[in-house]
Amino acid sequence: MHAAAALLIDFGSTYTKLRAIDLDRRIVLASGQGPSTVTTDISVGMRVALEDLRRRLGRLPRFRYRLGSSSAAGGLRMVTVGLVRELTAEAARRAALGAGAKLVGTYAYRLTAADMASIQGLGPDILLLAGGTDGGNSEVILHNARMLGSGTLDCPIVYAGNRAAWDAAKDLLAGKMAVCAENVMPEFNVLNIEPARAAIREIFLERIVHAKGIDRARDECDAVLMPTPAAVMDGARLLADGHGSASGLGDLVVVDPGGATTDVHSVASGQPRVPGVVQRGLPEPRVKRTVEGDLGMRHNAAAIGEMAGIPALAADARLPEGTVSRLIGELAQDVDRLPHDAEERALDRALARAALRCAMKRHCGSVETVYTAFGPATAQTGKDLSGVEVVVGTGGVIAHSRAPLELLETVVADPTEPESLRPRDPRFLVDREYLLYACGLLAGAEPEAALELALKYLKPPTEVLADDVAANG
Amino acid sequence: MMPDPERMPATTPRTIVTGVIGSDTHIVGNRILSMALEKAGYKVVALGALTPAPEFVKAAVETNADAILVSSLYGQGELDCRGFRELCIEAGLDAILLYVGGNLIVGKHPWDVVERIFLDMGFDRAAAPGMRVETVLDWLAQDFAARERAPRRQAG
Ligand code: B12
Repeated sequence: MHAAAALLIDFGSTYTKLRAIDLDRRIVLASGQGPSTVTTDISVGMRVALEDLRRRLGRLPRFRYRLGSSSAAGGLRMVTVGLVRELTAEAARRAALGAGAKLVGTYAYRLTAADMASIQGLGPDILLLAGGTDGGNSEVILHNARMLGSGTLDCPIVYAGNRAAWDAAKDLLAGKMAVCAENVMPEFNVLNIEPARAAIREIFLERIVHAKGIDRARDECDAVLMPTPAAVMDGARLLADGHGSASGLGDLVVVDPGGATTDVHSVASGQPRVPGVVQRGLPEPRVKRTVEGDLGMRHNAAAIGEMAGIPALAADARLPEGTVSRLIGELAQDVDRLPHDAEERALDRALARAALRCAMKRHCGSVETVYTAFGPATAQTGKDLSGVEVVVGTGGVIAHSRAPLELLETVVADPTEPESLRPRDPRFLVDREYLLYACGLLAGAEPEAALELALKYLKPPTEVLADDVAANG
Repeated sequence: MMPDPERMPATTPRTIVTGVIGSDTHIVGNRILSMALEKAGYKVVALGALTPAPEFVKAAVETNADAILVSSLYGQGELDCRGFRELCIEAGLDAILLYVGGNLIVGKHPWDVVERIFLDMGFDRAAAPGMRVETVLDWLAQDFAARERAPRRQAG
């Protein structure tokens, strides 16, 4: 009798990573890894990874599912266009980020000829076009549809703006691949990003995977379902909400510091927790992803240095400032570099801590006191995550860290910044096996197994450390 | 209050943005006004109390509003409303209908003096304290009808 098994694949930018799962016993059978060969033929790296897996398992099981996610070939590169920056343009941004995209450009108001040239230069995989509430402003979205329709940009376009203008926009976009989704903001200040997200994911599945050559691995992979950040997000949602009678962990935050960006996902309503506090601005999606494009530990090490300040990084790393400056310069030149010695490890730790602290601060909302004639009142913008009880760390930086708690603890609320609504007293879990994306991929087909795996393999940092000591000792 | 067919707007409902400007929390009159507008068949985007001036304008842009009705009760109206028309022009809403009402200025001033201040700021109408909603509906009907006869600027 063969146990039912699943193969979960992450076609990354550097590696092709595999997780083989026993669906009955709900354990990880083994992991395999190969290079990312997306620039030539992605199936080559995939076969190397499978060979690696075979070596560890002795023999490959017959997989019931072989599902993939991808961040290879630059990820899902998207440009968003909206009308008012804080309204439909912001709603469009959130829809794209929620679909797991890498946002390469965001535009508001009327597109100019210069905007069109810059979009062309960015070469997005998908463009999301929003603007106007339903029955509201149509002039600007039609202008933008005309610009896009008469230009040479040839990527698919998701129209998620004023429904009343779609018929006219469709004509202006004739000759382009354009689909219509529900408006990201059908009524003033009402956020409706799920339909646009679904449309983006569908185009990803049906066209982008092929356009990027990721479907060349189809002999070894049944479907590349979504961009990897979307898989992490689906994993986070499952872990928080549970499935059926199996309950999840409740409100949580997932942090993923990486070489180029730092991602933060929250699954929580984020409503004001103190009575009398008024929420301001666009409503917040319960499942929210933010990406800090300037907080990457390799590509943007210099930016982290600028943001946190070299003296602060040096103090945190206990290194001379000169050493920190020199090492940061080297990192930007060598983005695949792994830390070689104690100095480099200390700097990496300080960079990750600074990136996480800042990314979390930007993800969470804040309160400010507005002084009215009647007396002070408190207004909240963004999500109040102060009551979130679980923070999960995922991604290579945290998984490979010797002391992940030292990284994760930086996301906690700082008493000197009471206006920032970061988690006050969360417990931490570490995704040491890099499994959260795999659980997200499996969530559609086998949600119960996926949830049990996530609950089993995400471990408190102290336990991780103990395992480490045991393994080394 | 029954919807009055005389005051009913044209087939596609006109959109009106309402709100109380600045740090003003007096919401009651603004809410009564918003409900009356809705009952009269307008599409109302009610921003509520404590609304900064730019938020009126942003909401009007996205919803392609035909008019903005600004309430100010606490006496800071002159300060809060300064530059409102310019903000609208900046956002491409050159011809949007602007009304202001409530208790616009602290202290006893002849109404025509107060009214002049707000008309000079670019508001199309300013309402004296305690203005009845019926009058506001009449004003809107008149002003929209006048615009239909002589459109100042064609909406896109
Ligand atoms: C209730 C009230 C409060 C309540 C408000 C509760 C709430 N959240 O709504 C509380 C106790 C909180 C309050 C606080 C204050 N208040 Co007070 N308050 C009043 C009071 C008694 C009634 C207001 C009301 O609801 N009226 C009923 C509604 C239906 O009428 P309305 O708002 O005028 O609206 C009608 C018309 O004006 C018109 N309309 C309204 N908006 C618009 C807009 C347009 C475009 C148009 C065309 C028409 C229009 O249509 C409405 C329907 O007919 C008035 C006095 C009064 N009798 O008016 C004082 C009054 C408005 N308050 C006043 C003051 C000074 C204050 C405070 C500064 C007091 C203080 N020092 O703390 C604070 C300010 C707080 C703040 N930051 O906003 C003064 C304002 C002085 C001025 N403008 O010269 C008033 C006039 C009292 C007075 N005579 O001194 N207040």
